[in-house]
Amino acid sequence: MSGGVDSAVAAARAAEAGYDVTGVHLALSRNPQTYRSGARGCCTLEDARDARRAADVIGIPFYVWDMADRFHADVVDDFVAEYAAGRTPNPCLRCNEKIKFAAVLDRALALGFDAVVTGHHARLGADGLLRRSVDLGKDQSYVLAVLTREQLAHSIFPLGDSTKAQVREEAARRDLAVAEKPDSHDICFIADGDTRGFLHSRLGGTPGDIVDATTGEVVGTHEGAYAYTVGQRRGLDLRRPAADGKPRYVLSITPVTNTVTVGPAEALEVDRVHGERPVWTAGEVPSSEIDCEVQLRAHGEPVRAGVRVDSDRLVAELHRPVRGIAAGQAVVAYRPDPAGDIVLGSATITTAERAGAPA
Amino acid sequence: MAYLDHAATTPMLPEALDAYAATARELGNASSLHAPGRHARRRVEESRERIAAALGARPSEVIFTSGGTESDNLAVKGIFWARRAAEPARTRIIASAVEHHAVLDSVEWLAREEGARVTWLPVDGLGRMEVDALRASLDEYGDEVAFATAMWANNEVGTVQPVAELAQICAAHGVPLHTDAIQAVSQVPVDFAGSGAAALTVTGHKLGGPIGVGALVLGRDIECTPLLHGGGQERDVRSGTLDVPGIVAFATAVEIAVKGRAEYAARVGEIRDALIAGVRQAVPDAILNGDPVDRLPGNAHFSFPGCEGDALLLLLDAQGIACSTGSACSAGVAQPSHVLLAMGADDDRARSSLRFTLGHTSTLAEVDAVVAALPAAVERARRAGAVRAARV
Repeated sequence: MSGGVDSAVAAARAAEAGYDVTGVHLALSRNPQTYRSGARGCCTLEDARDARRAADVIGIPFYVWDMADRFHADVVDDFVAEYAAGRTPNPCLRCNEKIKFAAVLDRALALGFDAVVTGHHARLGADGLLRRSVDLGKDQSYVLAVLTREQLAHSIFPLGDSTKAQVREEAARRDLAVAEKPDSHDICFIADGDTRGFLHSRLGGTPGDIVDATTGEVVGTHEGAYAYTVGQRRGLDLRRPAADGKPRYVLSITPVTNTVTVGPAEALEVDRVHGERPVWTAGEVPSSEIDCEVQLRAHGEPVRAGVRVDSDRLVAELHRPVRGIAAGQAVVAYRPDPAGDIVLGSATITTAERAGAPA
Repeated sequence: MAYLDHAATTPMLPEALDAYAATARELGNASSLHAPGRHARRRVEESRERIAAALGARPSEVIFTSGGTESDNLAVKGIFWARRAAEPARTRIIASAVEHHAVLDSVEWLAREEGARVTWLPVDGLGRMEVDALRASLDEYGDEVAFATAMWANNEVGTVQPVAELAQICAAHGVPLHTDAIQAVSQVPVDFAGSGAAALTVTGHKLGGPIGVGALVLGRDIECTPLLHGGGQERDVRSGTLDVPGIVAFATAVEIAVKGRAEYAARVGEIRDALIAGVRQAVPDAILNGDPVDRLPGNAHFSFPGCEGDALLLLLDAQGIACSTGSACSAGVAQPSHVLLAMGADDDRARSSLRFTLGHTSTLAEVDAVVAALPAAVERARRAGAVRAARV
């Protein structure tokens, strides 16, 4: 129970469905700005209070579990290391994989609980298949696609059949004070939303070159290649315009040489995506290429693709080129379905390239 | 439900509740000069006399407060400021390492904000304060010590301290001793005058009185700078309109608790001994923390190796058993107990502890419920602890 409206309603629904529910709030932050700085260094931020208040209204026990060390090692340090390696990680996805459906689930199972219930917007039915939420604008199946079948077998997502508006209405009906609480958008461990500043404080600044891919010329400098993301256009501060006068975008980041390579929008287009550490949740791993859709970033548009997968690789051949695919994000395969698109599996993007004819 | 958290708060005695309700119907501010005011003042002064008589103090020495935390803050800060004002060299505090946070955090606040220097008085493995260390500290720093503070009995592990001996040593150096006797009154004999302490904290809701009322028993010759300024009530040491029904109920509870103490200690001690025996049988490797002999009759405090206390608490709570990890924090993130760490326990033992405390409503049936639920809870908590250990 994060202290937000989704997990509060999820808990209420689970309790009403007859489960023996215990509310758990995760203490994840070591950030002194978000925790009361007192003699004991513990105690609450506003969110823990909101979560406790919701649990009291629902009438379930409530505990705070201290996962700060695990979260720091598995999510925050991983986030920094991935950026340092020139990739663009999704920390929410990593938190689901390593904390909520791993550390928390393991502890819960050991203590005698059967499942972790969360307020994610995704459907998980009796068939064991993970599907998109009915509210496509709030759908979170992308950040859950990393879960294994074993993890999903111990997961309950009570909100998948509701829109966010319905969840808020229900919260108000249930007298949950968080009904009107705004959605969270930023990365939870970067309180001010300044990801670049956060990375700078962790990784320092090492000046390097910004190189034009077309001409090979140095067209600018930067204070650390990690601060750039493939597809980024703003904030490059290039000294010379391109010969054709068109805007240039980040095409790649090379940490070894601390180089950021830029080029025209067309050069961002890729139609073959390689992924590693695949997880396949819907049935057996297919032996031949399957026709499906892939989503390549959170809230990204799905694209038709042929997907081949084996035990440690996944390759997606896109039916049309897309721009700005960043290593470190997930490639998630979906099978379109009238009852909600089904998550087939996922992998972490390693590289992407232009294989077919130019568009 | 089995309620084994009487050290957190204990049910009000029916007599105290009746006294509260009856007085709450009456009108009057005890500071007013008219008839209803005089009536209220009479209730307050009678209560003061009853409490003084029960605790071996003079009525004028009883300062009513809002409870234990306020009394501890008043004693620590007020006596420090007054002593320093009289003798600027006296800026050192001697405090035991096992004090309640109301004392501990007040002392640390003075160190941080007011330049106080602190000597922490160590305890032995049973949580008993080391008398020789106090003597040595006073020999070394006697001239610069503002006051000393040492609780009468520990709220976590239940160890009863040699307060009279500590007070005697302090007195020989002209150093006043404050003692937090919140857990002691009602469980062990407490005599303010006989103890030689300069100030003593007591509160209502740990002995069958209401929450929100307590007292600082403050020797007549002890200067204490007020924290709260206003109407000048309570010897000018603690301003604020007096809570007449709370005070009457508090006095009723103190009187009954002290009068019935020996019988209470025998009865509750017997149930507690059954609990210790039962826990040892159910979980043979459980470690009893604190002094096995000089301990509060209502206290049983264990470490369960391989478990986390908060996991055990959750599991027992789910079985309808209320107990405590002994280091409650409002947000609920478990911290290793400073008391156990001061006793030389390692972090694991400190985190694996659970406190059961009994009181006037305790029964053997509650002990049976704990003993029945404990083996399965310990087994699950161990599994959870193993999961955690394997991943770290």
